[in-house]
Amino acid sequence: MNPEIVRVLGYIVAIIAFVALNAAMLVWMERKVAGHIQRRIGPKEVGPFGLLQSFADGIKLMTKQLIVPEGADVPLFKVAPMLVMIPAVMCFVTIPFSEQLAARNINVGLLLIFAIASINVFALLLGGWASHNKYAVISAARAVSQNVAYEIPMLITAITVVMFTGTMNLNEIVMGQAGGFWHWNILPIAKNIGMVVLMPVSFLIFFICSMAETNRAPFDLGEAESELVAGFHTEYSGMGFGLFFLGEYANVFIGCSLAVILFLGGWQCPFGLFPGVHWFLLKVYFLIFVVMWARWTFPRTTFYGLLNLSWKILIPVSLFNLVLTGAFIKVF
Amino acid sequence: MGGYFKEIFDGAHSLVAGMGVTLKYLFQPVVTEQYPHVAPTMPDRFRGHIELVANPETGGTLCIVCGMCQKACPSGCITVAGEKVEGVKGKVLTKYELDFTKCSLCGICVESCNPGAITFSKDYNLAGLRKEAFIYDLKKRLEERKR
Repeated sequence: MNPEIVRVLGYIVAIIAFVALNAAMLVWMERKVAGHIQRRIGPKEVGPFGLLQSFADGIKLMTKQLIVPEGADVPLFKVAPMLVMIPAVMCFVTIPFSEQLAARNINVGLLLIFAIASINVFALLLGGWASHNKYAVISAARAVSQNVAYEIPMLITAITVVMFTGTMNLNEIVMGQAGGFWHWNILPIAKNIGMVVLMPVSFLIFFICSMAETNRAPFDLGEAESELVAGFHTEYSGMGFGLFFLGEYANVFIGCSLAVILFLGGWQCPFGLFPGVHWFLLKVYFLIFVVMWARWTFPRTTFYGLLNLSWKILIPVSLFNLVLTGAFIKVF
Repeated sequence: MGGYFKEIFDGAHSLVAGMGVTLKYLFQPVVTEQYPHVAPTMPDRFRGHIELVANPETGGTLCIVCGMCQKACPSGCITVAGEKVEGVKGKVLTKYELDFTKCSLCGICVESCNPGAITFSKDYNLAGLRKEAFIYDLKKRLEERKR
């Protein structure tokens, strides 16, 4: 057998297994964090510390029937959950977990991730539209306008990083941050003293945008349980809902891992010792914890607040940041 | 323009302050009770259905079958019966029945009881498949408790 095909198959299986396992663990983690922030315990009955709770839920979801509502657009309705899942899995292809551990080292990896991730919005719109449900349509419209609004500052901050590092290859971006946290892009003291002020702002904008892009609270207007039942996946049952859920957590992981790769040095150790996949996972899961922490702290924003934040604050600031970054790179 | 930046900084500050509050809660001990594993202790004021008080000396009832509780009960939940027994002063309780389906836990019976023979129990695990399950024979319950 062709070794290249074996390699591809191996990576596909590994990535899908990782996505599923990651989602299961993140659901558990989310419920634990939520519990303890509200001074409850969270899941504890199934398995030690409730660790098997998500697997029990997963089995339950898989045994349920996928009900197609009357009046729904059947092909679109069935294709939407898959369209959420496929780009999420595809994004993992370019993400370098460590120097050797990446499915493909592509020289436009950053661009590829943004290109693929934007399909996700399309899937939400399809799911909402095909459901033939007023709440789902409202939610899909919200999700789309939110994603369009937040894509812009996110891309602009990504461009500032690309200008600074001079490459779109994620592997090379991480390589350039080797040797301790003072080399990281978030605080590049060792490289360019002028950027020390600008890069933390870029990181903050990027992080906020990735939270909004993945429809996480406090930007979860697409789901808004209290107003829209469950948003675009209102009509989905069983594994259709399960795939939306898996996709959401996969996207959270991708967003946080991008923030880690671009700003926090990827798999590099903060003190320049023993770089490896453990540092990458540690940083990513810390950022995911921050995302959860934010979810259980802040109430959902209003729709105007959400769009105002993007168009009035994030986009001007990130544009200003972009111009200043260009100037600083030229001057220092 | 100054208002614009002030709004951003004030907003950011309030967000960070909020996250500080939840972080503090995250590490504080949990306050929920793990009910089926750990049974809560009921406070003194808790009103369960009424129960006959055991005589601390004999273990029997303190009830003198005066019937005050039966008369006081606005819902007619209580049925008391007694008989004369040779050699015992006063009446002896033969039956104390509480129809808990009608009881509103007002406590007038407990107040009206002169010898202090009835009190509120702390029993909250009440479930039954039929109405008859909530008609309690308090005399029998007292004897069961004694054993």
